[in-house]
Amino acid sequence: MIELSPQDWTAVALSLRIATVATLVSLPFGIAIATLLARRNFWGKTLVDAIIYLPLVLPPVVTGYLLLITLGRHGPVGAFLADHFGIVFAFRWTGAVISCGVMAFPLMVRAIRLSIEAIDRRLEDAAATLGAGPFWNFATVTLPLALPGIIAGAMLAFARALGEFGATITFVSNIPGETQTLPLALYTFTQVPGGDAAAWRLTLISVVVAMAALLVSELLARGIDRRIRGMS
Amino acid sequence: MIEVDIEQRLGDFTLAAKFTAPATGVTALFGRSGAGKTSIVNALAGLTRPTRGRIEIDDEVLFDSERGIDRPPNRRRLGYIFQEHRLFPHYSVKGNLRYGGSGGPALGFDEVVALLGLEALLARRVGDLSGGEKQRVSIGRALLANPRLLLMDEPLASLDAARKAEILPFIARLRDALKIPIIYVSHAMEEVVQLADTLVLISDGKVAAAGSVEELTSRIDLRPLTGRYEAGSVIRTVLRGQDKSFGLTELDFPGGRLRVPHLDLPLGTALRLRIHARDVVLALAPPTGLSIRNSFAGIVAEISPEDGPLVDLRLDIGTPAEPVMLWARITRRALADLKLGLGSPVHALVKTVSLERPSPVRGGTLEL
Repeated sequence: MIELSPQDWTAVALSLRIATVATLVSLPFGIAIATLLARRNFWGKTLVDAIIYLPLVLPPVVTGYLLLITLGRHGPVGAFLADHFGIVFAFRWTGAVISCGVMAFPLMVRAIRLSIEAIDRRLEDAAATLGAGPFWNFATVTLPLALPGIIAGAMLAFARALGEFGATITFVSNIPGETQTLPLALYTFTQVPGGDAAAWRLTLISVVVAMAALLVSELLARGIDRRIRGMS
Repeated sequence: MIEVDIEQRLGDFTLAAKFTAPATGVTALFGRSGAGKTSIVNALAGLTRPTRGRIEIDDEVLFDSERGIDRPPNRRRLGYIFQEHRLFPHYSVKGNLRYGGSGGPALGFDEVVALLGLEALLARRVGDLSGGEKQRVSIGRALLANPRLLLMDEPLASLDAARKAEILPFIARLRDALKIPIIYVSHAMEEVVQLADTLVLISDGKVAAAGSVEELTSRIDLRPLTGRYEAGSVIRTVLRGQDKSFGLTELDFPGGRLRVPHLDLPLGTALRLRIHARDVVLALAPPTGLSIRNSFAGIVAEISPEDGPLVDLRLDIGTPAEPVMLWARITRRALADLKLGLGSPVHALVKTVSLERPSPVRGGTLEL
């Protein structure tokens, strides 16, 4: 059994907390945007589409830098939030939540969008003739049928958030106990002499956490799939 | 009343349908596939929006392009039974049934379940049901939403003959027991004749004719649309007496009385009979020394223009006030030998009738 140092534990716990919060906070937005993109045609849809997917193709450092200059202490949005609401993201773990969330968002939206597009819309028509208004229809037909995609999207986002490096280190730096997530800690160990053993430990932990996440999502998806396909 | 007057472009197909139908009994929208029947029903349900027009049911305007009225489908209270059941796969049978509500004061959950024989299916998953069971559940689901009108889009089309025979009695029961008006889309004339009171013929996105089933199926000019399905006539009768000594039931129509083997139905029951043209024999004089008892005097009202060996004659065997049309199919040779022409007096002898109503369960063919 490998012994984890307090610093290792801090990094692991912080990573899990940041990835979980980033996933949960972005999930409602992810579902909303995915539904919008899957179901509505509106002016500027291509542009919205492009902006959502931008973090996927941009170098993460660029995304982190863009976050820094908008949400940082002196950025227009960051300054406003700090002055009026006392909300500060820069060099805080909440800032890491934002960078992880933004980086994971395209993957989440994509998975949910595909599952919504795959839903037989005639079922929603049937629900409408049975008296279901748009919201009730969405909550009782669209959402449950899209659940496998939503879980897959959330799991992808969670995994992506766990591994986030470039945007996080650029936006909120590498502060142990505050913004030093698992990949950042690992990177730090590789930069100091004699850090190899610690780096190995964190590597192993990363593998275990990733495997566990995959396993959980697979089991969840299977259970739900069986329910949806109506097989007992 | 159901009043429909809509125009809608669907690709390179233009729907321009206008008809009125009574909001009682069954109104059949009949036509070939691709004629626009389903498009009309979708517009009625509010699932598609006509480019122009008006839809009104029982003085309630559901759609009016000029006044900018377009009631959303969830607020139209029209039950829709689709060709492909469209049950929710993520709910049980019970969940599906309860989705739209638990019925109205007249017809609650337990009554619907009993009516459609769904007791044993309630806990089942939709994926485990047979085609006929799925369609029964979808009928129940629509009924429990307490609709003012049921729309049925070829509910039997995806079922095999045995399943059709399973569902048809349930639909007939809705019509007779529940008095829920039904708009029934079909391209099968045998279903239409069994179920419908009013017929709307749809062709190329337009209404070719609308009227009673009896009237439209006996019009020769509509033959290309109604099809030559078992050419014959549909006659409305009322059960007026029982002849106990011979075990016969007397069915009256304007100007005549048919005697058929005993039917266990109360006096006054309205019955619809179908008489195939090939089961009608013509005579110039009232027959004597013949076993056929059902003979009716009438005149030749129309002769189908045919070149083949067979011709169809439309006879009027009713009264001047209430004509009753009866089709007879005879050979062209017989037509010539008997020197029959328009207005010729004839006697029509009927050998067999099919009972189409009140319900296909009691239906069947009666040898006379």
